[in-house]
Amino acid sequence: MKAKIIITPKKAVVDPQGITVKKALEHMGYTGVAGVHIGKYIEIDLAPGTDKAAATKALNDAAHKLLSNPVIEDYKLEISE
Amino acid sequence: MNFAVLQFPASNCDQDAVHAVRHFGHSAWLVWHKDAALGDTDCVIVPGGFSYGDYLRCGAIARFSPVMQAVKQFADNGGLVLGICNGFQVLTEAGLLPGALIRNRDLQFHCENIFLKTATNDSPFASQIPAGKILRVPIAHGEGCYFADEETLAKLKANNQILWQYCDKDGNLTDSANPNGALLNIAGICNEKRNVAGLMPHPERACEPLLGSDDGKWIFESIFAALKNKTVAQAA
Repeated sequence: MKAKIIITPKKAVVDPQGITVKKALEHMGYTGVAGVHIGKYIEIDLAPGTDKAAATKALNDAAHKLLSNPVIEDYKLEISE
Repeated sequence: MNFAVLQFPASNCDQDAVHAVRHFGHSAWLVWHKDAALGDTDCVIVPGGFSYGDYLRCGAIARFSPVMQAVKQFADNGGLVLGICNGFQVLTEAGLLPGALIRNRDLQFHCENIFLKTATNDSPFASQIPAGKILRVPIAHGEGCYFADEETLAKLKANNQILWQYCDKDGNLTDSANPNGALLNIAGICNEKRNVAGLMPHPERACEPLLGSDDGKWIFESIFAALKNKTVAQAA
């Protein structure tokens, strides 16, 4: 079982990396790019036999306390078999 | 006065902080991040550097060090805590100071002297800074852009928690004097109780004329004065 956590900057936070990449895409001629937001992707391997509900609860806790900073970031957690 | 300076893996301004405190004739020692006790200290300095390699986010891992529990308790009891650069980042991650420090708006690491305006003298970290004095101190960071949501910013302003702001040499808070894009040109803030402060610039690197500026001394002199007043008050 794998947990996938996607962390993105909150909308109110200026994302200079996203802005720079957007400009680069436009410069290269890619049209229609309205916005680029750069975040992080964390993959966690869960031990065999892990209870999905318990893991979801624990990982939400971890994502809130350590993996993301709720002041500046949002996260999305997915657990797949 | 006694100062405990924290030392995380990859702290690199810890010795500078110890040197600055000793330069002024006070005592300072290093406290390893795995230690659970600070010793009999009057003030804690969380120094600059790249604690834990800045992995995940600056200060994110350091905040869970055993020593940070002791710092939290020390701060809760009213002890003075100053976070410099990475130390500021650690204190925001630990929730001891509001907001966060994010990537500089131009994505560049800035290593240069900047000018600082003291927004209020009303804190143990700024009481001795002469009125109108513009401090010239160095910065060295890639992630020093202060961010907080509107509600937090309003609270910081209402409580006079903004201590230092980036300015030009004449004290004007201009956008070009802002090296990292910090909201309201914020370089340093304190908590509501005013006993915990953090700033991105390095006062400990500007305490002797030989280093190009000794303006950083005013921040240390303010801490010494606050601690002296405290000792006098306790004795009375």
